[in-house]
Amino acid sequence: MKLYVSEGNPHCLKVLAVLETTGVKCDVQHVNHEEKVVPFLSRATLPVLHLPSGQFLFSPNAICQYLFEVSGKQISKQSHQWLEWEATELQPALMHALHLATVQGKTDSAKALVAPLSYLEQNMSKKTTAFLIAETVEVADIVLWAALYPAFLERSFNMGEQKSTQSWFESVGSLPACQASAQSVFKGKGLEVLKAYLQKQPAPHGPQAQHRDSHSGSTGSPQESEVSDRVMTEEEIETAEQKWNQKIDCQSKPERKHPILPEQGKRNVLITSALPYVNNVPHLGNIIGCVLSADVFARYGRQRGWNLLYICGTDEYGTATENKAREEGLTPQQICDKYHAIHTSIYKWFQIDFDFFGRTTTPRQTEIAQDIFWRLNERGFLQEDTVEQLRCEKCQRFLADRFVEGVCPFCNYPEARGDQCDKCGKLINAVELKEPQCKVCKQTPVIRCSKHLFLDLPKLETSLEKWLEQSFSAGDWTTNARNITRSWLRDGLKPRCITRDLLWGTPVPHPDFAGKVFYVWFDAPIGYLSITANYTDQWEKWWKNPEQVELYNFMAKDNVPFHSVVFPCSLLGAQDNYTLVNNLIATEYLNYEDTKFSKSRGVGVFGDMAKDTGIPSDVWRFYLLYLRPEGQDAAFSWADMALKNNSELLNNLGNFINRAGMFVSKFFEGMVPQVSLQEEDRRLLAQVGWELKQYIQFLDKVRIRDALKCILNISRHGNQYIQVNEPWKKIKGGDTDRQRAGTVTAVSVNMAVLLSAMLEPYMPTVSETIRAQLQAPPAYSHHMLQGEGNFVCSLPAGHRIGTVSPLFQKLESEHIESLKKRFGGQQDEEETPKKQSQTTTQNDAAPKPSAAAAAPVPQAPVTADPELARQLTAAVAEQGDKVRELKGQKAEKAVITAEVAKLLELKKQLALAEGKNPEPAPQKGKKK
Amino acid sequence: MALRELSSLEKFLGLKKPNKYSTQGDRKVPVLQSNSAAGLVGLVTIATHLAQEAKRPDLLGKNAEERAVVQQWLEYRVARLDGCTKEDIKIILKDLNTYLEDKVYLAGNHISLADPLLYYGLHHIIVELAVQEKEKYLNVTRWFDHVQHYPGVRHHLPPVVVLRNRVYTSGHH
Repeated sequence: MKLYVSEGNPHCLKVLAVLETTGVKCDVQHVNHEEKVVPFLSRATLPVLHLPSGQFLFSPNAICQYLFEVSGKQISKQSHQWLEWEATELQPALMHALHLATVQGKTDSAKALVAPLSYLEQNMSKKTTAFLIAETVEVADIVLWAALYPAFLERSFNMGEQKSTQSWFESVGSLPACQASAQSVFKGKGLEVLKAYLQKQPAPHGPQAQHRDSHSGSTGSPQESEVSDRVMTEEEIETAEQKWNQKIDCQSKPERKHPILPEQGKRNVLITSALPYVNNVPHLGNIIGCVLSADVFARYGRQRGWNLLYICGTDEYGTATENKAREEGLTPQQICDKYHAIHTSIYKWFQIDFDFFGRTTTPRQTEIAQDIFWRLNERGFLQEDTVEQLRCEKCQRFLADRFVEGVCPFCNYPEARGDQCDKCGKLINAVELKEPQCKVCKQTPVIRCSKHLFLDLPKLETSLEKWLEQSFSAGDWTTNARNITRSWLRDGLKPRCITRDLLWGTPVPHPDFAGKVFYVWFDAPIGYLSITANYTDQWEKWWKNPEQVELYNFMAKDNVPFHSVVFPCSLLGAQDNYTLVNNLIATEYLNYEDTKFSKSRGVGVFGDMAKDTGIPSDVWRFYLLYLRPEGQDAAFSWADMALKNNSELLNNLGNFINRAGMFVSKFFEGMVPQVSLQEEDRRLLAQVGWELKQYIQFLDKVRIRDALKCILNISRHGNQYIQVNEPWKKIKGGDTDRQRAGTVTAVSVNMAVLLSAMLEPYMPTVSETIRAQLQAPPAYSHHMLQGEGNFVCSLPAGHRIGTVSPLFQKLESEHIESLKKRFGGQQDEEETPKKQSQTTTQNDAAPKPSAAAAAPVPQAPVTADPELARQLTAAVAEQGDKVRELKGQKAEKAVITAEVAKLLELKKQLALAEGKNPEPAPQKGKKK
Repeated sequence: MALRELSSLEKFLGLKKPNKYSTQGDRKVPVLQSNSAAGLVGLVTIATHLAQEAKRPDLLGKNAEERAVVQQWLEYRVARLDGCTKEDIKIILKDLNTYLEDKVYLAGNHISLADPLLYYGLHHIIVELAVQEKEKYLNVTRWFDHVQHYPGVRHHLPPVVVLRNRVYTSGHH
């Protein structure tokens, strides 16, 4: 058994005194305050008793009780009760007071102690025994004595006033065991002994702070009680009040004039978001991953007055486009035109405010890509090599990876693609496929050698590393971006092929490689440059100007290596003073409910469908940004979206802004009333100012999700403020009360203006609506986000506001349920076998049993088993009925999910028994 | 809140005659009204008393070590968990999750008074967790599910749905 203690730790006095009193044999080891003795606690906690059984006791009171018990002493019920009181009532007050007195040097620190001390004094004065409970010392005596010991040391606590407590304290303290342990912990000194320990503890909140039960009476969202009230210093309060009273001359935000070009002496920020691939309709994950995140940052930057350009466009070249064109019977150019328009309209609906949204299939792209190519070639950064490739003699062309299908060499899956097997997920070299087939004509291709050009990455590695080191230290790179980049470098760079045998791409200008095009990964990032060139002829002022321009790249994590390693190598090798990425912001993945977005299975919400849900664009933006996958993957969930809308937007944010405006309209005839600030208001101003400062610090570092929380915190503070002051009651009172109602209303409505400025990057329409409702001068919102943030009074007394109306609608659960069904994909349909068979016949996409039976099924080569199939068909029908019944009864979600899972498993077995491929067949009729 | 909890606890312990309770102070600390002497004050004190009344000393621990561990978690419930801030919740869940990694119940392999009491105290937190968070605190969730299904524990609280298979396997990219 071993007891761990640290010096100057007030909690150790208890256990040492008890150890002395009981005489229990135990090693005592002194360690640092920060020593983590208990393996499962994340904060260092002392004292700790390591029991012979291996268990750890980390509660001082539990240690004391244990020591008492093993020394053969009984612990009475009253002792238990006092220990509980000590832990729950006395300790929080005591720690708060000691912290104030020693760390913050406050003189009125004893206030928190008044209530528990008078409770103790009452009990002490009534007792008839020598000690607290009995004639002899009990564990409660020592614990309370030790707890109060530091309080008696501090003169400003006036402990002498508690007469009965003091005399009890002295008699316990005179015990030899207590004297000895007090000497060993405090060494005859005062409270300063504890300072080092207390400084390392999180600042305790007072005993009354934030108790759940005491809050349950107030209205508002369930999160309301979670606002952590930061203790504001007097200095912070004064600064906040000065800012509030600031008079500003209304310099409105400079108008945007195109073309935007870098300017001397300004912060010139160039923002790109990863170019979405043209042949897909983007899903919610794509939208939050790049364009929406970049949009929030761009809007914020414009508010801050940066000289900023936000560029994006569709990535249009490559195999996938050729494939798609073949599928839809169009030319690649027609496909690009069609989908470029779809992308444009989706982003418009999501209010993505690009300065320019272009495309990669332009003459500028050819010009710039070929220029970079020649420069790399002249400087010896390209090398030639031959590659074995599959060629279809019938189609007269080399087959891109995606144009070949065959049997996976690893798992024997019959429909593996030339680059990857969908079944086992392994990467495949197309020539290794067994039984390869041309996807177009189904002929067996032959292996031919083809000459290709490679970018010599190993040769560029040194200059890349030098540049990365500098960009990493000076810029903001998300952790995942740093890690992915480092792991690429650690594995060593290899030459990468930059040419392809394809038609739809930027032609390679080298005569020896005629008929070939650039590989998309080489070509696509050059799109940023060519799109800018299509925006302005002076594009080089942005892209060949690393001294003046800060470049931010936004993307999902799968795109990181191309932006941090490969593309910078192209630009470094071209040696033309290109602007390289300074800040790389990568998100993790967004999943849909509990699965992945899948276009082919119809699972998830895609950009073009979001507007059909009837949910406003701003709410979509809010929810996607609220769960922006920073740090780890996130999951979109309908139920959660409804919850966040109803609790955060409706009950918290909307409720506050609406109430503030309504009070002005109803109680003050639409004119903002006079303000006379009291202590409470000044503290609120400081609190709001602090949140605003946080918001700016977060967004400067592109921590978009964290900054959003600051907005919600402000409205939470606002709701609490209104709730406590009850202006609707005060307005009916006397002059003082009416004046108070006026101040609270005016402060609140000004907070609403601040919120509209902070909301602009996230919810532009709502932000504009608030400003319009309150008739707020637009110049202020620009001013409020300058510097560290300025919460100024922008609606002075007498200002007339407009008509106030609610900002958000409740999302009803029936609506959400129906949406969830609609976007759930095939799973729902599969529950009803009839429907499924209909879709199958309509689309005729499922493999015919007879044809597929010949091909081996991946997991185990199963041959059809009619008897088993018959049994399983019955089981599927039965299980299907069960699921329908449960749904009809509106059973619990988890129950239904479990039953559906069983159903799907049965169907899989059935498919196998019938010799079919159990994987869901792509349904072509469900594209849009 | 604490009162409903105590009445659930009485049922769990099989006490036939319900006791009378009141509360005191801002924090609404429960007080057991009794005819003899002064009432007992405090959730842990009363719960311990009830376990003794019900002749279930096993729930308080079979030996001194176990009794200390049980007392420690009872204190943890009222001193650390109740009234904690949002930040604290994360730490509490993380710590409990590590602690419960190799344990069925808080005091080891059999149920103790600490289990229902911590369960009652955590319920409002676990209810709010997203599926993903529940998976993050897998051991807490497992323990929680275990306790809520322990005969007689749940009573006044709605059951919390716990998925047994991991959904977010992609969390390990």
